[in-house]
Amino acid sequence: MYLSPLVSLLTVENLTVSFPTSDGVVRAVRGLSFEVEAGHTLGIVGETGSGKSVTALSLLGLNPGADISGSATFGGRDVLTMNQDQFRRVRGAEIAMIFQDPLSSLHPFYRVGWQICEAIQTHSRVSRAEAKRRAIDLLRMVNIPQPERRVQAFPHELSGGMRQRAMIAMALALRPKLLIADEPTTALDATVQAQLMELLTGMQRELGMAMIIITHDLGLVASSADRVLVMYAGRAVEGADSRTIFYSPHHPYSRGLLASIPGATGAGGRLVPIVGNPPSLIRIPSGCAFHPRCPFAMDACVREQPELVPVSEGAGHVSACWLPAHAVGLSPAVDQVRTRYATSRRGQAVLGLPGVAAALKGDAVHA
Amino acid sequence: MPDPRSAASSGVEAEPSPAPRPAAEPLLRVENVVKRFPISRGIIFKRQIGQVHAVEGVSLEVPRGETLGLVGETGCGKSTLARCITRLYPLTSGRVVLDGTDISTLSRRQLRRHRRQMQMIFQDPYGSLNPRRRVGSIIGDPLAIHHVADGAGRKRQVQELMEVVGLNPEHYNRFPSEFSGGQRQRIGVARALALRPSLIVCDEPVSALDVSVQAQIINLLEDLQGEFGLTYLFIAHDLAVVEHVSDRVAVMYLGKIVEMAAVRDLFSSPRHPYTVALLSASMIADPDRARSTHRVVLAGDVPSPINPPSGCLFHTRCPKAQPICSVEAPALTVQAGDLAGHVTACHFPVAPGEQMRGAEAEVRQAAADFAAAPLGEAVEGAG
Repeated sequence: MYLSPLVSLLTVENLTVSFPTSDGVVRAVRGLSFEVEAGHTLGIVGETGSGKSVTALSLLGLNPGADISGSATFGGRDVLTMNQDQFRRVRGAEIAMIFQDPLSSLHPFYRVGWQICEAIQTHSRVSRAEAKRRAIDLLRMVNIPQPERRVQAFPHELSGGMRQRAMIAMALALRPKLLIADEPTTALDATVQAQLMELLTGMQRELGMAMIIITHDLGLVASSADRVLVMYAGRAVEGADSRTIFYSPHHPYSRGLLASIPGATGAGGRLVPIVGNPPSLIRIPSGCAFHPRCPFAMDACVREQPELVPVSEGAGHVSACWLPAHAVGLSPAVDQVRTRYATSRRGQAVLGLPGVAAALKGDAVHA
Repeated sequence: MPDPRSAASSGVEAEPSPAPRPAAEPLLRVENVVKRFPISRGIIFKRQIGQVHAVEGVSLEVPRGETLGLVGETGCGKSTLARCITRLYPLTSGRVVLDGTDISTLSRRQLRRHRRQMQMIFQDPYGSLNPRRRVGSIIGDPLAIHHVADGAGRKRQVQELMEVVGLNPEHYNRFPSEFSGGQRQRIGVARALALRPSLIVCDEPVSALDVSVQAQIINLLEDLQGEFGLTYLFIAHDLAVVEHVSDRVAVMYLGKIVEMAAVRDLFSSPRHPYTVALLSASMIADPDRARSTHRVVLAGDVPSPINPPSGCLFHTRCPKAQPICSVEAPALTVQAGDLAGHVTACHFPVAPGEQMRGAEAEVRQAAADFAAAPLGEAVEGAG
């Protein structure tokens, strides 16, 4: 584990979340550790089912029915051991969240303004009129036209973009120390997204607010995160500052993502997809969960799960992969280093894995 | 993919196309298409109280073997235009000429023959496949409807199609629920391909897929284009995807095309203020490029298409708007200094190298004002 020289606002250690279901135990998060510093933005990147949203909900005590272990220290207290009463004091006022789906996150029976006022009045001693005035200011700030009228609107009377903005207004109402944004702009158009990211980064500068941005959109992370954590099947596979992740990734999954997205740093003329699909969280592959899709899979990857260890270049660059630490980067030369190392440590069984088979056909790696 | 430089051949200036089957006539020509939806009130005595101006006079051409990207934000009319082109909606006015035949006025029966030439791939691979039918019969439907093949012949053709799109032909008898999102989208592609169409309209074909799977479908669409000489109309809101697949790109705003050009030309020197704002807002997965781009923030929201603004539709949000913009709608023409085929509908196009500023300062000021306002005394033991 790397240790940050700065005092962190939130320290999550060995977070494990699983859900018992009739099909088996869904192991959504498997031993996740990270830190968020005040005033900084952490981007958590992963696909559907990587455990990123579950992580966020656990930090707010919103995962009833889940088995949670590990610790999450926020301001000297472990939020995972708080009871509902203690949680209520923190939630909204100190840690706020923007949810992915604004329609199901706003109460359909109450007016938008009422819902914002409720949040304000729960946590600070202000009059009804003052709370309403502040709600209108908030709606104006998030660029909702005619805020004096919209404060009286029900959620269904607002467009999807406006609902999302109303929810952002609600999250910012109490100037939280930490804002967790789960796919904050996925449902929004590019120009609205730009407007809101400008606002969120402005608020961050003014208030020294820390943010966790959870998304599958690498573009959003590239433009807003200071530090990036890449998740796969419930575990962090790589963590580093934003430039290191995008220009010298170590883990084959991060490297694969950057080669498969148009316009990304690792993409050439033709996209190189990652073979296969993300795994089921009930039947997680043995060893490194990425090994069936990995073009550099070796015998060790099937047998043993790699831990997050420091790799070369860049402060605090950690990766969970059996490849040598110096194999960082996106160039064909580095891919050759990866391939050469992997080839020398492969048995017959590994050659049949889809990722390796595709790589041998020349589909999956540039080299 | 054909060479993007050849893409200047569609649109205004007609040049010989280097497509697989050279023809002077573009495969698809859309002329002044208008689509309005009536809004009515009342249950027994229905009366029309207004209309939604979804598509307002769009003209474009797509030469054989090329890809035209269509971008724009929610409600700009891009999906409606796609449905007008495939005649899933009747047109209010205008013409759609497919391979020399005007299909906009054909009857349902006449249309059926021409439907074979154009197919559609939908956004939602979950909603666009009937969950109770087996994959083999879903893909075989077009063959049955058009009496192309039946019995063993149809099964053989369907299995060939499955092979072509990268599905295991042995999965012929499975249900859609047994496939992942990416595989379902392959089923959708196989179904669209069954009748060997010349035009495929792709409406957000990768938006619902996981990032690592998107590239599989994009590559598949590119390979099929090379193999079968397909022509695509590619609708997406992800500009990076559009930049990757398109030869030419058209930008829509409130039912009109505001700018259209060859893909490199459009992305390197956009002229319409809306295009400039849209491109600056798109998030690129490259921190250095993302942070060096000045993000233009547009004020306000897209106006309602029920009551669109006068003159230039963009004037209510445009940082460069002048009095004339609210009076006179600009024509879609080649602006001074632009390459042939690069058309822009603007009275005051953005000059190359010009730094356009939007409402960035206002947004930052709003954040600062909010941060400075007193918060009030905290409630002890809130809950």
